[in-house]
Amino acid sequence: MEKDKIKSLATFKDEVLDIYPKKVGKKRAKAIVFGDPDSIPEIQANVRTVPGIITQRGCTYAGCKGVVLGPTRDIVNITHGPIGCAYYSWLTRRNQTRVDHYDTNFIPYAFSTDMQDSNIVFGGEEKLKEAIREAYELFHPRAIAIFSTCPVGLIGDDVHRVARHMMEELGGDVNIFGFSCEGYRGVSQSAGHHIANNQLFKHLIGKDDTVNGSLKYRINVLGEYNIGGDAFAIETLLEKCGIELVATFSGNSSLDQFQTAHTADLNLVMCHRSINYVAEMLETAFGIPWMKANFIGAEATAKTLRKVGKYFQDQELIDKIEEVIEEEMKLVKAAADQALPKTTGKTAMLFVGGSRAHHYQELFTELGITTLAAGYEFGHRDDYEGRVVIPSIVIDADSRNIEQITVTKDETRYNPRKTEEELKALEAEGLEFNGYEGMMAEMQKGTLVIDDLSHYEMERLIELYHPDVFCAGIKEKFCVQKMGIPLKQLHNYDYGGPYAAFEGAINFYKDIEQIVCCTIWKEIKAPWEKEEVLEANYAYYNV
Amino acid sequence: MDAIKNIPQIKKPSYVSSRNACKLCAPLGASLVFKGIEGCIPMIHGSQGCATYIRRYMISHYKEPMDIASSNFSEESTIYGGNKNFVQGIDNIRKQYSPKVMGIASTCLSETIGEDIPALIAEYKTGKEDDKTMPLFVHASTPSYQGTHMDGFHEAVLGAIKSLSKEGTKQERINLFSGFISPADIRMLKEIMNDFEIEYTLFPDYSESLDNPCWKDYHLIPEGGTPVKDIENTANAKASIEFGTVLNKGSIPGRILDKKGVLSAGEWLQDKYLIENNTVLLPTGIDASDKFFGLLEKYTGKKMPLKYALQRGRLVDSYIDSHKYVFGKKAMIYGEEDLVISLCSFLAEIGITPIIIASGGESGLLKNELVSRSLIDPDTTIVMSGADFESMRDIALEVHPDILIGNSKGYYISRELGVPLVRIGFPIHDRAGGPRQKQLCYEGTQELFDRIVNALLEYKQEHSPIGYKYM
Repeated sequence: MEKDKIKSLATFKDEVLDIYPKKVGKKRAKAIVFGDPDSIPEIQANVRTVPGIITQRGCTYAGCKGVVLGPTRDIVNITHGPIGCAYYSWLTRRNQTRVDHYDTNFIPYAFSTDMQDSNIVFGGEEKLKEAIREAYELFHPRAIAIFSTCPVGLIGDDVHRVARHMMEELGGDVNIFGFSCEGYRGVSQSAGHHIANNQLFKHLIGKDDTVNGSLKYRINVLGEYNIGGDAFAIETLLEKCGIELVATFSGNSSLDQFQTAHTADLNLVMCHRSINYVAEMLETAFGIPWMKANFIGAEATAKTLRKVGKYFQDQELIDKIEEVIEEEMKLVKAAADQALPKTTGKTAMLFVGGSRAHHYQELFTELGITTLAAGYEFGHRDDYEGRVVIPSIVIDADSRNIEQITVTKDETRYNPRKTEEELKALEAEGLEFNGYEGMMAEMQKGTLVIDDLSHYEMERLIELYHPDVFCAGIKEKFCVQKMGIPLKQLHNYDYGGPYAAFEGAINFYKDIEQIVCCTIWKEIKAPWEKEEVLEANYAYYNV
Repeated sequence: MDAIKNIPQIKKPSYVSSRNACKLCAPLGASLVFKGIEGCIPMIHGSQGCATYIRRYMISHYKEPMDIASSNFSEESTIYGGNKNFVQGIDNIRKQYSPKVMGIASTCLSETIGEDIPALIAEYKTGKEDDKTMPLFVHASTPSYQGTHMDGFHEAVLGAIKSLSKEGTKQERINLFSGFISPADIRMLKEIMNDFEIEYTLFPDYSESLDNPCWKDYHLIPEGGTPVKDIENTANAKASIEFGTVLNKGSIPGRILDKKGVLSAGEWLQDKYLIENNTVLLPTGIDASDKFFGLLEKYTGKKMPLKYALQRGRLVDSYIDSHKYVFGKKAMIYGEEDLVISLCSFLAEIGITPIIIASGGESGLLKNELVSRSLIDPDTTIVMSGADFESMRDIALEVHPDILIGNSKGYYISRELGVPLVRIGFPIHDRAGGPRQKQLCYEGTQELFDRIVNALLEYKQEHSPIGYKYM
């Protein structure tokens, strides 16, 4: 059954590409490939969306302010620009936070300079300065971040100069820094992630050598944004194993976490796309190795924990980890046993993010659900094909206008956590450092991989293949559901979650079981209507 | 009452920055209007993030497909101009969706670099005169550094009328420019017009396109929207009715020195085709609804159908029955200027005193509109123009209103004050059914009135030490 479905995908390109103007069709053809784990094909990714394609992608500002810096509770974020950008990024992502002893949480505030006509004509730097003064007087925050929107870049306001000026004016106890994350700058959110990573490194990481926490094994989890409490679930699990979570980038994060992140001994990278830059910089400057990790899926979580155990080479830790896995897996198995009879044999499609479209395939596999098609919204080729292709990625104008910072060994604090020999030995035992295999290594032969799926292509996927569940975001949700297919939001989890770690896997099993068992879809056809629409709905009659 | 008396003396520092804005950006308003044109695909001329954010935001309220294209500016287009992207975007959309109309909204990005959209459209059409599939074009100039989403909305209404209205034989029909209202209210207005048996153009009509049933087959563009033919015919109507008195008349900072240059759609039609224009409040409450029905009676020469007379009767009856629950309560109301003005008119009828009236709108007309219509006592009411939620909160914490009426964004203030919030307007993303809520005419007023009464009752019941079942 699944084999037939995968086979039927073979004609998809012929079905969709014709509709586009010739040049556009040619370009889109390169972004639609068929999975083959034995010989991974090249896919076009991180290339500018053609105008007039209704895309899932957002802008550089969204990636910088919305994704990476948004989840930090004790930095006051000021959006420098007209009102829209600040309003639309006001609590729209579900990154949760736990207020600590400083009792500060600025996440619910949407500060903006609300630029007007006259600011565009005469410049907005003075207004920005005033806004910074106001934020400072109101909250006396330890840090203020300034985010540039499109017109700021055009009129030439220099947010970095303003930041320096205001630091001098307000004295030494507030750290102020700017981000040149104008929306037009990059191909997608991804440019914003990179810009955010650079500034985090320049202005925060390594500022404080205090070693916080009491546990022996110290790690950071990078690229985990605590949507629906994922980072909480991971933190709880790590603590259970006796592992100190020094910093999360950037779910449930705080200034202290960023500033002391260099005191950890290992970096685990969840969302490779959005944070690999920080991982690299931490290694270069401080000698902390990084490994790709995945806490989405029970098996993946167990695998990740075992990797950490192996890395620290401590039998006590390894035993503790095995004990925790055994205990948690009992609950996971019970939940899976309940869901599997309903979910086995179903099909899914995932088009989301820069890592989730890969990670969530693990959960679907655990549910006996075949992934027919997947793709990222803002991934690069290395997220699809693996980091081995990085040297062959062509640098285009859109990547060139993102600042590249040169990081060198920290003179006093560079301390390789493992020697070259130790790393080699660990690699021989199966650990992989600084590596990511990408999504396609794990996709079945013949499945569809589509980068930057267009709204039109999505509609055709639904129409032609009727997957049992489609995973994307809120912009896609209501369109897909109009067509009678349930959509699971993987940006905000449909206000559910957490889905990370063992507890998250159990939540996900339940939610997907509920989705595929939902009977409302058959009501779309009213009793007085003929059988002609049966085809679109038959999958649900068989539930 | 002493607390209320003291309000105007409260001195609060005024902030330069916006802290939790009570307004959205202009292209959002324009996109909404374009969704109210049959067969229209909106395209935002600027950075792709604008289209994405606006889609995302409108979906959080409407929970419907929201296809808005973008011309996807790159750094190159911001330097050399967006012409190439514009043409490519339109070509691409036409191939995929074959729209009958393309609605183009500009952004702060394209406006700052001086993109001339009418010229871009003209250029696009040049040499393609024989192209039978050429869509109609409507455009709105909507830089987000000028005005709010409402300015974008009315700019797009006017833009559509300007470019699509077509003079022909005069007809027995009415133009109804209903403003930024819910799909359910639009459906109700259409029912009223049908019951009066008069031809009409209701614009913009997103009652179906933004509140669709499930689809039995595949739709490229959601059904619904004001038909182009009807928009053409706005030039041939005998009268226009516009809901809202502020509309786009505001002296948007820096934009227009010559205020006569700003016309609403109704005024423009009056100017150009001598169609009698009537500007009325959004008809919430008995008084404003009476005025609207009065106009319909005047132009149709027919009496109000019995159905509506009965609705009115029931509404009055319910005002009497529930008067004891609402009388003397103090409210904070916020939202678009025309919305809060109509709410003031309604609240005056039921005995609730709005002590804080706030809007993110910057027309500068709000207070004058309220005072000149005797809707408020200027000595006991705080009117906040161009307000943000933090400024509202500062005042609300001092004067402690009994109830908040406005969109979901004020929830945190109601939570802090521990008083109920009755959600109306846009956006409503923490309750189901925002687009199905009514607040206009007798029927909608009834719905809103009952919700306000019940919110106050619930509060009273929850805070009573005894679990009374009769309240």
